[in-house]
This record gives sequence, C-alpha cells and structure tokens, in this order.
Amino acid sequence: MNLLAVIGAFITLAGSIFLLLGSIGLLRMPDPYNRIQAGTKASTLGTILTFTGILLIVPGWWGKLLILIISVIITNPVSSHVLARASHYIKVPLTKSTLVDKYRDEEEYIAVNDKKSDNT
Amino acid sequence: MVETILTIAAGIMLVAIILAIIRFVKGPSYTDRIIAFDVMTISSLAIIATVAYFANRIIYLDIAMVYGILSFLGVLIVARYLEKGL
Repeated sequence: MNLLAVIGAFITLAGSIFLLLGSIGLLRMPDPYNRIQAGTKASTLGTILTFTGILLIVPGWWGKLLILIISVIITNPVSSHVLARASHYIKVPLTKSTLVDKYRDEEEYIAVNDKKSDNT
Repeated sequence: MVETILTIAAGIMLVAIILAIIRFVKGPSYTDRIIAFDVMTISSLAIIATVAYFANRIIYLDIAMVYGILSFLGVLIVARYLEKGL
C-alpha cells in the first residue's frame, strides 16, 4: 500500500460525492435551466476528479485517462449550452421567482431594430 | 484500503444514477429528460473507469471513450431536433 494510491482513492471518493450532489440537484431544482446548471457542472467536476483518482492509483494508464479528461472538459459544457439554447427556443417556462431574462430581452431588441431598418 | 474506498465510491455513483433515473421518469419537459440522460451517462463513465481498475483491464477505458462520444452526439442531435433544424 503506497501513499499515492490512498490519495487517489480519496480523490475518487470526492468525485463520486460530487456526482451524487449533481443528481440531488437534478431532483430538487425548480425549473429545467437550474437543472441543467446543477446536473452538468457538478457531474463534470465529479467525473474529472474520478479520472484523476484512477490516474493516481494506476499511473501506467495516463494516456487514455488524459484523453478521457480532455474530452469530458470539451464536450460537457458544449452539450449543456446547446441544450439550454434549444430549450429557450421551444419556450420552456422559467420558474415563477425569475426576475430578469436577458436573452429574451435581447431577442426582442434585435427584432425591433430589424423592423426599424426595414422601414427606412 | 484502496479497494474498500473505491467500492464505496462506486456505490455512491450508482445511487447518483438511480436519482437521475427518477428525474428521467418524472421529468415534465423534454429538457429534463435529456439532462437526466446526460447525467446518467456521465456517471456511467466514472463507474466504467472504476470497474476498469477492479478488473485491471485498460481496454475498458476505450469503451468509456466511445460511450462518452455517443452520449455527447445523442444530446446534440436531440437538441438540434428540438430547434427544428433536423
């Protein structure tokens, strides 16, 4: 039993706790945008910590684990962004305590300006 | 020591997948179901890496790579379909 493997095991445990917190946030958040926020960010961090822990336990596997970590870092925020944009496009309702929706305001502003430029 | 902690970690990841499945069944809108699917597959990546340590086989990490790319493409295609671009 060496020290590096024990540290890696504890990092893996921390990653699994982050995954659990992401799923609890997925259950408890009030509307789909908050669920995207909770689910994607926490699960990205949890997966990266888990792969780092396995990397510390078995240092010989660093190549494939590094490719996995980089691919998770690149693909997971992209998928959450695309999903949030699509759900705003099909007008999924926000929660009742929402105060501002700057994306909708900006779209209305652009639409009004386009109409003005068409008239002149 | 290491194996005990990794077993506990795999159990916690399994609980996370089960909670995501509850949201997948319950979810009122499309977005909830897709994001629950995404969380399920991302947690499965972590479980596959843990199982690869237990079985001591590096080839399981290849399966994790392909699974991650397929889940990313699935989410992307469903979002594209919701935007009526497909």
